[in-house]
Amino acid sequence: MSQPLAQPLAEPSPASKRRARGVLGLTLAVGVGLPGALFGLIVALSPLRTIVPAGWSDGEVFLLHAVGLVVLAVVLVTFGAVISGMSVWWEMRVSSRMQSRVGYNRVGAGGFLQWIADAVKLLLKEDLVPAEADGVLFRAAPYFVIVGFALTFVVLPFGQSLIAADLDVGLFYVLSVTALVVVGILLAGWSSNSKWSLFGGMRSAAQVISYEIPAGLAAMVPVLMAGSLSMQTIIQRQGAWPWQWNALTNPFALVAFFVFFIAQLAEGNRTPFDLPEAESELVAGYLSEYSSFRFAIYFLVEWGNLWVMSAVAVTLFLGGWQVPGVGLDVYEAARGAAGSIPGLGWWGLQVLSMLVFVAKTLFLVNVIIWIRWTLPRIRVDQMMSLCWKYLVPFAFVCFVGTLFWQLLVTARPWAALATGVALTGAGLVATFFFLRLTLRNVSAVGDRVDLTNW
Amino acid sequence: MERLILRRLQADGEEMILNFGPQHPSTHGVINFMVETDGEVIRKAIPDVGYLHRSIEKIGEQVGYPGFMPFTDRVDYVAAMFPNEGYAIAVERLLKLEVPPRAQWLRAISCELCRIASHLISVGTMAMDIGAFTPMLHGVRERETLNDLMEALCGARLTYNYHRVGGVAFDLPEGWRDRTLRFLDHFDRFLVEFDRLISFNEVFVKRLAGVAVIPAELATDYGLSGPNLRGSGVDWDLRRDLPYAAYPNFRFQIPVGKGFVGTVGDAFDRYYVRCLEMGESSKIVRQALETLPEGEFMAKVPRRIKPEAGEALSRVESARGEMAYYVVSDGTEKAARVRVRTGSFTAMGIVDAISPGLMVADLVALIASLDVVAPEIDR
Amino acid sequence: MTVQEVHERLLARFGDEVGPLGEPKVDPFCVVRAARIVDVCRFAKEDPALAMDFLEDLTALDWPKRNVIEVVYHLFSYRHRHAIVLKVEADRAAPRVPTVEGVWRAATWFEREVYDLFGVEFAGHSDLRRILLPDDWIGHPLRKDYQEAGGYRGFDNVRENPLVELRRLDERARAAAAPATVPAPAATPPAPVPPATGEKA
Repeated sequence: MSQPLAQPLAEPSPASKRRARGVLGLTLAVGVGLPGALFGLIVALSPLRTIVPAGWSDGEVFLLHAVGLVVLAVVLVTFGAVISGMSVWWEMRVSSRMQSRVGYNRVGAGGFLQWIADAVKLLLKEDLVPAEADGVLFRAAPYFVIVGFALTFVVLPFGQSLIAADLDVGLFYVLSVTALVVVGILLAGWSSNSKWSLFGGMRSAAQVISYEIPAGLAAMVPVLMAGSLSMQTIIQRQGAWPWQWNALTNPFALVAFFVFFIAQLAEGNRTPFDLPEAESELVAGYLSEYSSFRFAIYFLVEWGNLWVMSAVAVTLFLGGWQVPGVGLDVYEAARGAAGSIPGLGWWGLQVLSMLVFVAKTLFLVNVIIWIRWTLPRIRVDQMMSLCWKYLVPFAFVCFVGTLFWQLLVTARPWAALATGVALTGAGLVATFFFLRLTLRNVSAVGDRVDLTNW
Repeated sequence: MERLILRRLQADGEEMILNFGPQHPSTHGVINFMVETDGEVIRKAIPDVGYLHRSIEKIGEQVGYPGFMPFTDRVDYVAAMFPNEGYAIAVERLLKLEVPPRAQWLRAISCELCRIASHLISVGTMAMDIGAFTPMLHGVRERETLNDLMEALCGARLTYNYHRVGGVAFDLPEGWRDRTLRFLDHFDRFLVEFDRLISFNEVFVKRLAGVAVIPAELATDYGLSGPNLRGSGVDWDLRRDLPYAAYPNFRFQIPVGKGFVGTVGDAFDRYYVRCLEMGESSKIVRQALETLPEGEFMAKVPRRIKPEAGEALSRVESARGEMAYYVVSDGTEKAARVRVRTGSFTAMGIVDAISPGLMVADLVALIASLDVVAPEIDR
Repeated sequence: MTVQEVHERLLARFGDEVGPLGEPKVDPFCVVRAARIVDVCRFAKEDPALAMDFLEDLTALDWPKRNVIEVVYHLFSYRHRHAIVLKVEADRAAPRVPTVEGVWRAATWFEREVYDLFGVEFAGHSDLRRILLPDDWIGHPLRKDYQEAGGYRGFDNVRENPLVELRRLDERARAAAAPATVPAPAATPPAPVPPATGEKA
């Protein structure tokens, strides 16, 4: 639209080219190496809790498992922090493209190292505790929040055997542990001793507590279908192909998936439910008085929650780590004897299942980011009425409907496959029409889709 | 000040008194609201203005008639062509000066492009205040092209100082006409996309429909003007009803609020009227560029502007309402009084009356839908 | 209706309380007695033939030589599309004018501004306090004889001519750069004359 430059930009010098390549190399090293290392550690360490090497005494085995668990815990928390930072980067790049901006492009190739720079900056800032604030509570509040966030990683099933602890009450554990975040938010809002923080804290507490109900009810639907609260069992009872996922094999589960997804958006304080941090109204709500590391913790948790929300939704409704074409018996066959270290085939299967899980979770993370930058935020009373007047009744109906559905499937097993295929087909058709409409809209403005513009 | 306000608010310890501003994360400027709330519902919201008072009217009495033109830009820097034009028309009336037709057309073109730019900011920041950040940036992207066009025309991106007493300062540069027409082609399609993105988005509509309804009689009584008045259903536009400059030569519609998705006079009406006005301005610019007469772009103005003693009122349809310049001359080279009556000043006056019963989030919607800017209020 | 017809209608109703319509020095106006301004305005608004439902502007003019402050009312009618300008002359020493807030609520803020910048008291106004300036400001700036009080709450409103200051800083920098062998430059800064082009700190 604007005139071309009078003279073209000068060709970069060899020194700056080398520097650009160095920056790109560093970015790739960090971008691929860091998550790769963490994922690798997760793959390597997770099965350790079950391996009983031959010839070791009970005490030594216990010590091995304990050390393995501790290391795994550290790796998982680090993973949470790193994925949170990388989600920030991804969100900022995606949002900048949606908004016709360039986005992060200074620190690292494509601005990839910006989140590290931001984290370091936040750590180096002055740590302010307002004089009027309740010191103990003010300092304690971030810890509640991060504990509530970090503890969920214990039961996230990264792969077929890649879970820190496959608790029998895994789902129940997740729902109860995420409630700690509410405590943190309320404490933050109250102890800041500022009207704006109090406003934000009250709003947020009301929101998170209210939306726990439909989230919990909707989460009961896969539990009913799988017959267990354990995360791995829920995944194992689903199939790998889309028509075997919980969400697509049971129409009530599809509705429950949407209810669950919306409720999780609200619990994570994401637009359209980000009233507690509504920038143009309350500046930063319950976070207004926080600075430096405490602030960094809140931000870390908010973005890390993207991953947790998506992971739980993928586990419950979208088939988890199930690899299409690989049945459960294949894993058993590759495992070998219970005491020995498994062979390479088994490790390969684990990595494959982890990749499937990560791909599905990243897809949902993208959807959450997409929603954030498209929709405006809804008002407090509208949010409450949405929860209590719409989501909760829908969740109840889905719950009761699933009960009848289970009866139907027991009587006529082909019903599950039929519905699955029908819903998958409908989904594919809808996707096709959606993409076509998008292309039409884009060309109506005179634009075109340009994937090289990255 | 606090004590006065508190006495007015009659706080009895139950309600909370908040200070909304004067630093807003939105671009409405430095305005403060003292809000007395009962939980989320507002009892009273009293605007507290004056943070941007720069005594422009006093300066008008000291710098002489031609020297005041750059100061008029600062009266409303988001849509700076309108204060320029208003002041020029007032002084021309005092001098009984005829402005050549080419200058009238150029004034209309620059003003309508400025109206588009101003409305882009207005609807964009309104969407941003409601929580959707993307439409604002799309609007700003379009405004960048407009800024480039303005820069080619008069050298400045924001405070143009383009109109002069007697005409305009510069003629169209080469190729400007084609650039503008190309931009307008793109812009008309952009408006469709903008509508699709945000205007009828379910959440957006729910936030604005039926919110902060201003009935037509109240709007007239409080002196609202421009899109605020039209959003309340009053079919009045200076360009059509009291035409000035080149406007009698163009055909365009005047969008009036009619309860597009809610009640007449709600926040959505005021918002959507601005969206539609952008399309109409685009039409006006096209017609003006097609029918642009040849000739001079500046009348013969005496070197020293020394009008006879008298007073003149000029009214222009600015992006934010009706801007009226009341210039009083006492026969010397310096004006006796330059008074600027702006649309945002009266719009702020109505906040006190409409706010009781709104929720805090609706107050943000109200202020955004009134499209107030601090420089217009405080001058 | 033209301005003359509007004026005649007001004259018919209020007699000599409404002054004659001045010569059209571009815009003509008529002076109304202060005591009756509220009635005149209300009649102008409510009379169906006049229907001046829009208070375009309410402002003031300061004429120290005539010792009056004129409060100016620009009225307009949407229905009939006619306008008139009314003026009320108030004594400059203690200007008091009744408020027309009851006729058009737009007057509330306009009158506050006139009070703030001119010092005109509007009798009966619901909330007469300063609007643009801080509450503890002294003086009414748009009066012709307004003298600044020399700062506000410790903020100075006078500062050294920046050119003088910059020249002094220049000299200081030059003295610091050149060692002691060079005689120190003159201590007094030169007169504040705009420098030739190119000389800038």
